[in-house]
Amino acid sequence: MASSDSPARFESRGPTVPQAGLEATSRSLIRRRVGTWTSDRVARLVFIWPAISVVLFLSIFPLVVSLYLSLSRLQLTSSGIKIDFRGLVNYQSLLTGTEQSHFLGVFRTPSPLGWAIFTGVGLLAAWGLVSSVRGRTSPLGLVLRAAGALFLLAITWLFVESVFAPGGRPGALFVTIVYVFAGMGLQYLLGLGLALLVTQRLAGRRLFRIVFLLPMTITPVGIAYMFRMLTDTGKGPFVPVFDALGLQDFTWVNDPWGARIAVMIGDVWQWTPFMFIVLLAALEAQDHEIVEAAHVDGASGWQAFRYITLPAILPVTTTILLIRMIEAFKIIDLPNILTNGGPGTATESLTLEAFFDWRTLNLGRSAAVAYLLLIVVTIAAVAYVNLVRRRVTTNA
Amino acid sequence: MRNGWSMRGAGLVASLSLIVTACGTAATPSPAASTPASVPPASAAGSPSAAAQNFAGVTVNVLTFTGPQIAEPLQRRGPDFEKLTGAKINVVTVPFSDLYQKILTDISTGTNSYQAFVFDPQWMGDFVAPGYLLDVSDRVKSDPVLKWDDIGPFFRDFSATYQGKVYTIPLDGDFHMVYYRTDILQKDGLKPPATWDDYLAIAKAEQGKDLNGDGQPDYGSCISMKRNAQAYWFIYSIGGAFIQTQGTGQGAFFNTDNMQPLVNNDAFAAALDIYKQMLKYAPPNQINLDVGDTRGLFTSGRCALSLDWGDIGPLAVDPATSKVQDKVGAIILPGSKQVLDRSSGKLVACDATTCPNAVDGINHAPYAAYGGWSGAINAKIDPKIQDAAYAFLAYMSAPEQSNTDVTIGKTGFNPYRTSQFSDTSLWVKSGMSETAAKNYLGAIQASLQSPNMILDMRIPKTQQYQQVVLDQAVAQFLAGEIDRDAAMKQITDGWNAITDQEGRDTQLAAYKASLGVQR
Repeated sequence: MASSDSPARFESRGPTVPQAGLEATSRSLIRRRVGTWTSDRVARLVFIWPAISVVLFLSIFPLVVSLYLSLSRLQLTSSGIKIDFRGLVNYQSLLTGTEQSHFLGVFRTPSPLGWAIFTGVGLLAAWGLVSSVRGRTSPLGLVLRAAGALFLLAITWLFVESVFAPGGRPGALFVTIVYVFAGMGLQYLLGLGLALLVTQRLAGRRLFRIVFLLPMTITPVGIAYMFRMLTDTGKGPFVPVFDALGLQDFTWVNDPWGARIAVMIGDVWQWTPFMFIVLLAALEAQDHEIVEAAHVDGASGWQAFRYITLPAILPVTTTILLIRMIEAFKIIDLPNILTNGGPGTATESLTLEAFFDWRTLNLGRSAAVAYLLLIVVTIAAVAYVNLVRRRVTTNA
Repeated sequence: MRNGWSMRGAGLVASLSLIVTACGTAATPSPAASTPASVPPASAAGSPSAAAQNFAGVTVNVLTFTGPQIAEPLQRRGPDFEKLTGAKINVVTVPFSDLYQKILTDISTGTNSYQAFVFDPQWMGDFVAPGYLLDVSDRVKSDPVLKWDDIGPFFRDFSATYQGKVYTIPLDGDFHMVYYRTDILQKDGLKPPATWDDYLAIAKAEQGKDLNGDGQPDYGSCISMKRNAQAYWFIYSIGGAFIQTQGTGQGAFFNTDNMQPLVNNDAFAAALDIYKQMLKYAPPNQINLDVGDTRGLFTSGRCALSLDWGDIGPLAVDPATSKVQDKVGAIILPGSKQVLDRSSGKLVACDATTCPNAVDGINHAPYAAYGGWSGAINAKIDPKIQDAAYAFLAYMSAPEQSNTDVTIGKTGFNPYRTSQFSDTSLWVKSGMSETAAKNYLGAIQASLQSPNMILDMRIPKTQQYQQVVLDQAVAQFLAGEIDRDAAMKQITDGWNAITDQEGRDTQLAAYKASLGVQR
């Protein structure tokens, strides 16, 4: 049926067909073509739009509404909720206003160590830019990298002014950054160490594979309560130990860095298993013949690890670090339950600050904190993907 | 490239989840009120006696804070009320820090999943204006079971009333007092503290001594200082004596001329200094202790002094938990011999002019902190359920139940009825000695009858002034994050920001009105 209506057939019969018949056939053909096109289009719409609607409803719509909320103030009225547009007031409050010390911190002149860190990061950024100029980076890429370097320098400067400065104090943004990068580094090192241990032919390694995974299966709130009990030097199960160490009058939660370290220990305990299980899979997927060949050629254990194993697991490493980084920026359960954000506001993360604002119905500022977190996470993730992960995967 | 974009997308979606969670509820438009707040009660004319009404098939969800205090008596007496009336009482609890927004979001979004609330009457400014609470003025005055006139005038006219109408039924009476160990002070030849300097001196003398005979060193003073809990009132228990001198109508929170906060002066600085010094004579983790923790420490004999509401009195006689039975004294909040000169912001000596209400040259300003847990009814629900909710709250507050509950420490309910102050047999029956009962009730009555009593803040956004701004700044100060001057500036700026946001004149009028209550 279809072949009789094909254009080629129609054209070949053209000269012998009367004019009226030709017009009728032509109209019929156009109708069928339009019908086919229409039905295809309808089919596409039917199949695609439900998915798009879900995405729009679940992601884009809340994103837009949240943006509007972050520029607004909520009021309760007799008919419900009234939202007043207030411009950038919430952002101004967080970045330069009354909430600046809470969100960004208190800034003072950096110590020599702070200056050294800032100089080091500055040199690193300069080296990256020079490498880009010497390489085949496009002009747009250069502009973006220059902007990224400036952003990095600005964040680093604020970081050293608040953390590595006498009298300074980090706000929720930099406390979150410390949680993310210190926690992620420790989790990776511990996870890799455990994975390497379990790949050895040790007795009971199957049992340890399961045991090492257990913390990841416990709900974060449960872990927070558990660590709250464990770190209590007054009435926790480790009281005899703390007493024996002369720490009965010590409390983790009175000291800002003690409390932050307690939160990080809980976080490391919870998330090291994630690093462990993925790295274990990567290590076991490695071609052992290459390692054995290296040993036969006289390579030491460290050399085999450094030059064969580590490059082999590097693509996996970059992926899990990216996943953990994005996840870690949203830390809330541990500081909320373990320290209640205290002492003072010392252990508050960005998400916890947003939660506290939300809990007091300051939805505008809560949304503003969430948006600033979104911006930080997006920049960190994009920079990581562009500067680290793509390079590693390309080389691999 | 695909990987890069997918990872970026993952980051985007993951970050958005927070925003969605945080904002989804509030973004929901609220339907108009189905029932106006001022609808006359169905049974207002008749007696709403619980036993006389049939509420079979009606369920009342009562929202309050996580127990055991406050929730315990509601949960214990709910089944009894059901047997009487047929109404099922379902007590839902949330942490104290969540209670305010839980009530507001439930009603403002039209969810109305809770029909009654047992909450802080200080928050009425935010609940009454939008019409969320049922006016029960007519009901309470005509209810023979409730015995409204037996409720202390302060609790009737201040805690329960807003702009001349009654919106809550008192279940609890709240004042801050100082508790001390009578045996320890007597042994060491010390008198109960009359000033805050005395308090610090006693705490210092007792710190590190074994106060309960277990061979372990104990603490001079135990005060809850935890952030996001119920601790943020205590700073005003200390500061009040320095700030308010001319009687209740003067107010302790704002200058009644211009609504400027009274927290950036030498008086509040002195209070902050005293508050921080208390950390030296306290459990090491005091800044992380809630009131439940400090009460447990005091009744287990580990503290010589404590600052608390009326709960420690009944808790101290509970044989199951207390090691200090008949060893506890209570006294009106200590005072100060120096007070604030509001024109200069400096401290001046107490004399007949500066402290007209002083006793022995000491200005006391007992603080009616919180105002007492009170029950209110959702104005936007079916009238039949409103009737059942009202009947339950009236049943809880009726002397038959209340006179027992206020003598049980774990209820969290403290005396608020005239009969509860006059009849010491109630307290003796609960295990208190006659002397201890008179001492305990005397301390509350001394506070209640003081002409210089501090009325707690009760204006729109009270919760933000106190539970957000004050609580955070004091917590940061105690933790050493900010110094004293920075804390005072932070509170001043934060309070002024809220005042300006709400309208300075409006807030000033509301504050003045809250101070004009006759007792």
